[in-house]
Amino acid sequence: MKHSLLITTLAWTLMAPLTASAQNDAAGATTDASNPEISLILQGRYFNTDGEGHIVGFLPAGHGHGEGSGRGFTLDHSELAVGGSIDPYFRGLALFAIAAEEIETEEAWIQTTSIGGGVTIKAGRYLSGIGYTNEIHPHAWDFADQNLAYSATLGEHHIHDGVQLKWVAPTPVFLEFGVEKGQGANWVDRSNMGSHAAYVHVGGDAGESVAWRGGVSYLRLRADDREGDFDDDNDVETEVSFDGKSEYWMLDFVLKWAPGGNARDRNFKIQGEFLRRLDTGELTCEDNTADGGACGGITDTYRARQTGWYLQGIYQFAPRWRAGYRFDRLNVGTLEFGPGYAGVFSDPDFVPQRNTVMVDFSPTEFSRFRVQWARSSITPDGKDTQVALQYVHSLGKHGAHRF
Amino acid sequence: MKILVRFALLWVGLVAAPAQAAINVLACEPEWAALAQEIAGNKARVTSATTPNQDPHRIEARPSLIARARVADLVICTGAELEIGWLPLLLSESGNARIRPGAPGYLEVARHVPLIEKPDTVDRSMGDVHASGNPHLHLDPRNLILAAGALSARLVQLDASNAAWYTARTKDFQARMSTAIERWQGQAAALKNVPVAVHHKTWSYLLVWLEMRATVDLEPKPGVDPSVAYLGQVLNQIKTTPVKMVLYANYFSPRASQWLSERAKVPAVQLPYTVGGSPGARDLFGLFDDLIAKLLAGAA
Repeated sequence: MKHSLLITTLAWTLMAPLTASAQNDAAGATTDASNPEISLILQGRYFNTDGEGHIVGFLPAGHGHGEGSGRGFTLDHSELAVGGSIDPYFRGLALFAIAAEEIETEEAWIQTTSIGGGVTIKAGRYLSGIGYTNEIHPHAWDFADQNLAYSATLGEHHIHDGVQLKWVAPTPVFLEFGVEKGQGANWVDRSNMGSHAAYVHVGGDAGESVAWRGGVSYLRLRADDREGDFDDDNDVETEVSFDGKSEYWMLDFVLKWAPGGNARDRNFKIQGEFLRRLDTGELTCEDNTADGGACGGITDTYRARQTGWYLQGIYQFAPRWRAGYRFDRLNVGTLEFGPGYAGVFSDPDFVPQRNTVMVDFSPTEFSRFRVQWARSSITPDGKDTQVALQYVHSLGKHGAHRF
Repeated sequence: MKILVRFALLWVGLVAAPAQAAINVLACEPEWAALAQEIAGNKARVTSATTPNQDPHRIEARPSLIARARVADLVICTGAELEIGWLPLLLSESGNARIRPGAPGYLEVARHVPLIEKPDTVDRSMGDVHASGNPHLHLDPRNLILAAGALSARLVQLDASNAAWYTARTKDFQARMSTAIERWQGQAAALKNVPVAVHHKTWSYLLVWLEMRATVDLEPKPGVDPSVAYLGQVLNQIKTTPVKMVLYANYFSPRASQWLSERAKVPAVQLPYTVGGSPGARDLFGLFDDLIAKLLAGAA
């Protein structure tokens, strides 16, 4: 009974705008874009590092697309996207990430367009609206890789399989609320993954030349066999897996400046995010005694409060040229291990951080070449130098980029 | 009881009144904001998403624009893919069904005027070519008369109670514009067949209307900035096929045009692209007064 009422209400909400627009002339009914829009992002890179490249002491949720690996020339991440209006009530998009040997469905969703009142509902697989960078596709990143705070705690993105409800308030200042429910799309065993997110974004202009957006996000996940690497007390690396609950709080801020609002010749962007994660549950470490390690295959309680942040600035100093700097920092934080881990793990005493600089050149808005150099200390062993050369080209009808 | 109902109705009227007093119009560019102001007068609250100093191709769907799209009753845009990099995102992110494509609150002027420079084939190797034609259509004032008609029809549809107001103001605007067009054409008679160099295909409609000739473009391909080497080629071409002046929009960097101007010994003329693009371009009439004055000065 309750359900049929809900369905009737929903159907009415969806149909109402149709009757209103029935007397509308046919002209202006569509944009000029062909439907569906098909676009292909071609990306490739040369990458070199003198270090291990993977982060120790964190349990990244999900997994990246070969972050830190893949030395030499690689096709790091091509994307094929097909999207457009489905009918007067829905639009949809599917985006496939194509790495050298695998195809992944990164996004496949439908979204309402006719509810009105600032409400949109999205269902399917989508990039969660938490934070700022989370919804930005790799081809639109300002650096060749994701920031450390995200890659250490979320994987490259948090992707949701589920439903999203967003509401934009009818206020002069941009004010958007979002809630999401679903399961993280990244784990092998997703059967009981409860994932909930909620966020608020605020934004506006400060004069003609400055636009900004800030936000607060909360994410709660269930983790099942989440894998990572820890250094034990004998200084031997061991693989660990975590089962339990993760809670995230995120703060994000971005500010863009362009003289007189004209970004054509010169513009500047500063962006930063802070992320805090609390993990509570059980940790299992793989037996590494054969390598002289201290872990004999133990399972015991684990509680970690970890933080990470980054700050980056990108300056377009000439029409086709941009330069950028990013500072990343992680705080391995307070780790509380159960008594079974006495003498196996103790609080790590190093602070992973990274300095990255990049310069990119875009012959047109559809093509870009980038050189990136990074100096990082993400393992206790010392500093790595990483160099990346990258091209990011796009072909076909390509949806608009977010702010 | 009756008094209570009456009181309730009055209260509802008072609360609803400010919302109905004016239609919220979000124009993508200043020229459409100016047109909406002409047609709707004080029956609409009109804002423009872009300023005259911004390149309308390169706008971002920034939060303040989403907030404005959220409360808009009508968006009026050029169309022809000019706003393709930001408008679709404004429409989808704002969650405002009143202005989604197909709704009466979504108006693309390009659908109501004849477009020029429609390419036979579209390939990105040709640069940033718009499949449906050149979108800088407001620079032929005859298109403003057509646009006024289309806008008026939508305003009437959205706000039927003020239909007479919109219709009367539209007729008045169209009459004033027709008179002005005749005046401008008379003033610009000397510009007929004058050859010019242009930076971007910004001026095509203006030049077609005034029967001027763009013999060379500073851009190697539409939307692609010229290199010094390419400007050298343009300079050579100008030596064999002379031009009277180099035209560039107020939101472009003057460097390329000035480089050419110094070497070819012809003036580089900065023209207002839209309302507000120069001190003289205070409204749509001022825009063309100023455009023609500057062209005449450049050709003299």
